[in-house]
Amino acid sequence: MPQYLLALYRDYALTIPPERTRQVWADVNALGDKLTAAGAFVFQGGLDGGPESATVVRKSGGEFVLTDGPYTETKEHLAGFWIISAADLDEALEWAKLTAAAQQRAIEVRPLFDGSLDDALDAGSGAQ
Amino acid sequence: MGAWTTHWMLGPGPSDHVGAAALDSQAVTVEAVFRREYGRCVATLIRFLGDIDAAEEAVQEAFSVAVARWPSDGEPPNPGAWIVTTARNRAIDRLRRESVRDERHAQAHHLYGADAEASADCAPAPEDETVPDDRLRLIFTCCHPALNQPAQVALTLRLLGGLQTPEIARAFLVPEATMAQRIVRAKRKIRSTRVPYRVPAEAELPARLEPVLAVVYLIFNEGYAATADSLMRLDLCAEGIRLARVLAELMPDEPEAQGLLALLLLLHSRSAARLAADGSLVRLAEQDRRLWDRGLIAEGQAIVRACVQRGRPGPYQVQAAINAVHSIAPSLDGTDWRAILTLYDQLYALTPTPVVALNRAVALAEVRGPAAGLAAVDDLRSSGLDGYYLFHASRADLLRRLGRTTEAAEAYAAARSLTANPVEQAFLDTQRATLSRPDADQE
Repeated sequence: MPQYLLALYRDYALTIPPERTRQVWADVNALGDKLTAAGAFVFQGGLDGGPESATVVRKSGGEFVLTDGPYTETKEHLAGFWIISAADLDEALEWAKLTAAAQQRAIEVRPLFDGSLDDALDAGSGAQ
Repeated sequence: MGAWTTHWMLGPGPSDHVGAAALDSQAVTVEAVFRREYGRCVATLIRFLGDIDAAEEAVQEAFSVAVARWPSDGEPPNPGAWIVTTARNRAIDRLRRESVRDERHAQAHHLYGADAEASADCAPAPEDETVPDDRLRLIFTCCHPALNQPAQVALTLRLLGGLQTPEIARAFLVPEATMAQRIVRAKRKIRSTRVPYRVPAEAELPARLEPVLAVVYLIFNEGYAATADSLMRLDLCAEGIRLARVLAELMPDEPEAQGLLALLLLLHSRSAARLAADGSLVRLAEQDRRLWDRGLIAEGQAIVRACVQRGRPGPYQVQAAINAVHSIAPSLDGTDWRAILTLYDQLYALTPTPVVALNRAVALAEVRGPAAGLAAVDDLRSSGLDGYYLFHASRADLLRRLGRTTEAAEAYAAARSLTANPVEQAFLDTQRATLSRPDADQE
């Protein structure tokens, strides 16, 4: 069964009212139960802290260079994700709708790569 | 001959067997079959192979076999089925070769939950397996809401219309490389995200049908609005109507699919009258109604009547009805403007957009006079229509009829600055030039 990433992004400059956090907490738990019952749940994680908690590691020449802060300078940053299994995109999108409602955020849906080295070479050929 | 023929015409050609004249007529036959059958064949092959690229490759290969064989063997009685069978056999041969060499490739062809029977040795003959809604599956895949609209349009023209990428690029005035990339990207997204190859279930159908109808309407309209450009652009009208026919035929119970077909037929019926000999635009008011295509009108009207009887109106049906009222009018003055105004009220209730309100205001001017029309138009200024050339063009026309020529000239100038279409620009220039001296005589 194909797997999909459901990613949620957040603008950390905006504060969240406590009642919203409570509601999201309850809705997300319920969604988790629903995903599990449907056999669609694979893995889920919320990130601890905002973009300031990020460290980027690069290998530059023989050296490793660490950068304090997120990979991209944007307003909205990855805040959490779900990995689900779904038969096709339409099924994944149905779960994404429920996730967007429970998280009260836009959800980015991406398929997980499950190909071979040849597929990876093909995907890396640059004709995106 | 279109660019799409060249790549398979260049293959092992039939020139050894027949003279040039016979070759030409045979090529025309194959070309006609290609245009008529390509979408159907690709749609069926995708179901068998579970992969768009593999299906296109197989169908194109089958057409190059046709070019080589039909001149000597004669055109088969059912050319579409012949192409499907040939394409399928070639694809199976290829899959066998590749799966021996490379197990991975066989796997790659099991996407979508399509039947993907091609790898099985005893797959049934495709003629018996042709499911009537293959093209419907394909159009819903091409117009999947996960794809942006330019991608939906390009894929639909390419896969269902059988148009080649350079033709689509020319039709939409974008560089060929851009269009090629758009199509590659869309196909990749369909493949990697696993857009299912199926007609949506009843419950999702209304939401999923909307982008499909919008794409077909846009294809038609791109050709219809592009009056100044090449014949290629006008081909988009024919392509839009062809797709609308396919939808109407495959979804007889969807009144909006019927409404879209009726709308396009009725709009297209006026094509010959819309352009003067010098290529300039002729408005409805000045059109020579004898040039309207009576056959298209009769067909469109019959569909509108059936829609009215069904009683499940939608935006396309109401727009078709408006055009049906125009189509029975002997002249602009002899038009039943009250009926048109009522229909615009109905359309506004369904789709309350400023553009619909503008059209309603223009109809109102015909029923209650230009002053009432102008008041209704002016009410719309704050609704975001200020940057829309037809808002200013409509105002200009009403101001002219009220004898307020100075303001009319300003409005024509404002409209002129908001359109890039040379035919529309020329029309506005003429209108402005023929205004009588500022506020000298009242109409």
